[in-house]
Amino acid sequence: MEMRMSLTQKLINDGNAAVDEMLAGIMAAHPEHLWRPDNAPRAVVAKHGPRPGKVALVIGGGSGHEPTFLGYVGKGLADAAAIGNVFASPPPQPAVDAAMAASGGAGVLFMYGNYAGDVMNFDMAAELLEMEGIEARTVLTTDDIASAPRDQRQKRRGVAGNVFIFKAAGAAADMMMPLEEVERIARRANDRTFTMGVALSSCSLPQTRRPSFDLPVGEMEIGMGIHGEPGVRRGPLRSANDVADEIMDTILAEMKAPAGDRVAVLVNSLGATPLMELYILNARIAERLKAARLVVHKTLVGPYCTSLDMAGASITIMHLDDELQRMIDHPCDCAMFRS
Amino acid sequence: MEFGTGDLKALFSAFSARMAAERDKLCALDGVIGDADHGIAMEQGMKAAADAAQDAEGTLQDLFNAAAKGFLNAVGASSGPLYATALLRAGKAAGPRASMPRAELRTVIAAMRDGIAQRGKAEPGQKTMLDAWAPAADAAINGQNVDAVAAAARRGAEATRDMVATVGRAARLGERSLGHPDPGSISAAMLVEEICNAMKAA
Repeated sequence: MEMRMSLTQKLINDGNAAVDEMLAGIMAAHPEHLWRPDNAPRAVVAKHGPRPGKVALVIGGGSGHEPTFLGYVGKGLADAAAIGNVFASPPPQPAVDAAMAASGGAGVLFMYGNYAGDVMNFDMAAELLEMEGIEARTVLTTDDIASAPRDQRQKRRGVAGNVFIFKAAGAAADMMMPLEEVERIARRANDRTFTMGVALSSCSLPQTRRPSFDLPVGEMEIGMGIHGEPGVRRGPLRSANDVADEIMDTILAEMKAPAGDRVAVLVNSLGATPLMELYILNARIAERLKAARLVVHKTLVGPYCTSLDMAGASITIMHLDDELQRMIDHPCDCAMFRS
Repeated sequence: MEFGTGDLKALFSAFSARMAAERDKLCALDGVIGDADHGIAMEQGMKAAADAAQDAEGTLQDLFNAAAKGFLNAVGASSGPLYATALLRAGKAAGPRASMPRAELRTVIAAMRDGIAQRGKAEPGQKTMLDAWAPAADAAINGQNVDAVAAAARRGAEATRDMVATVGRAARLGERSLGHPDPGSISAAMLVEEICNAMKAA
C-alpha cells in the first residue's frame, strides 16, 4: 500500500519504452524539421542544415532534458543529435549514425555536457568515425558553476547554458566556417557562459516513478544538477528575489564583466516550475544586471533544459562580445526553437 | 569441472536476474549521490547481454563479445562502455574455446577488473565500481577460496562509504559523498558473487 502511494503519477505507457515512444511523437510532430536514418532510431538529423562543405555539429546526451537535445536540431543550430536513455549517455552507435548522416565532408564537432558516461561513449564514437575517415573533434560544455570551483572549470557539468553554447557553435557552422573556427567559437562560448540552479522538488524516472532524491517540504537544494545530483548545499526555501540574488552574486563575481558589456540571459525551468515564477525571477535578474551596468541583449525564459518533472529553475548568463553576439543573433529554425 | 558455453549463458542469465531483482535498491542508492538510474542501466544492460549471449553461437569468446555489444548498445551511460570493455577483456581471457576449466573464472574476474580500469581510468580508492572489482580480482588471482573472493568484493563495496568520490558523477559532491556507498561498487559485488556461485556449481 505504501509503495503504491509513493509512485509518481505520469502519463506513460511503459517506463522502459518512454524514450522511443516520445521519439515517435516528436517525429510525427516535426516532419518538416527532423528525420531519422534507416536502422538508427536514436539518431535525429536536421532536414535542412547539413550540406556539403559544412562542419556537422552533432550534440547529444541522455533523454529527460527536452527540448535539450533534439529540440535544438535544425538549420542554423545542430545538424544532428544522438539520443540516450533517460539521464544516460547514448552508446557510441547513435552518435556515429548521427555524425555519418550529418557529415558534409568538413569534419564533425561533437558537443555535449561534461559527464563521465558521455565522454566515454562519444570518445568511442569518435574513434569509430576516424576509421571511416571522418574527423571528429569534441567540445564539452562546463557551464554549471556550482559543480566545481573556478580553477577546476574542466570538471564542471554542462547544464542549461548548452542552449547558448550550442547556438554559437551552430551559427559558426552555418556560416560555413572551418572546423578549427567552429571549435574555437564553441570553446569561447563555453568559457563565457555561467549557469546555476536551484531545485524545489525531486524528479522521478519513468522506469521507477519514485522520487530520485528526498527533498523535505520547505527546503531547496542550491546548485542541483539537471539529473537530480545533489548540489552545493541544502537550505530553507527562500523568496524568488533571494534566490535570484544568491545566483546572480555568484555568477557576477565569477564573470567579472566590465560595465557596459552585453549579456544574454536564460531563465530556465527544470520542468515543473511555471513561467510565472521564471518571469518573477527574471524581474530581479534584470534589476541586478542593470545595477551592474550590464546591457541585456537577449533574454530567453522557459523550459529549455529540463530535468523531467523536477521543480526548480536555473539562471544562465552568457557574457557576449561582438563575435558571440553575432552568433546568438544568427537565425536558426529548429523543431522546438526558432530565432 | 569444465565451464562451457551453456554455463556461460546461464551465468549471463543469473547476472540479468540479479540486476532485475536489485534494480530499485540500486536506483535508491544512486539517488543519494547520483542520478538514480544505476539500477535501470544495469538491469537493461545485463538483460541485453544475456539475450545476446543466448542468441550467439561459437566459442566462449564469441559469447562474451556478443554480450559486450548487447550491453553497450542497450544502455550507453557510464556502465555501458565500462562493462562492454570488461566483457571484451573477459572474452579474450576465456579465449576461442568451447569450454575452459571452471577455475579459470578467476582470470575472467581479473580481466574484467583490467577492462574497467583501462576504460574508466580510475584507481582504487576513488569510490567507483573498481573498488569492488579490484579486491575481488586480487583475491581470485591469489588463490583465495571462492567465498573469500565474493567477500572481498562486498567488503570493497562497503568501504566506498568512507571514500570521497573523485571521479564520475558523484565527484562534484566532494565531501558530501561520504557515508554513502557507491552504487556501481554494490552492483559489481553482486556480479562477482554470481561468478563465484558459478565457480562453486559443478
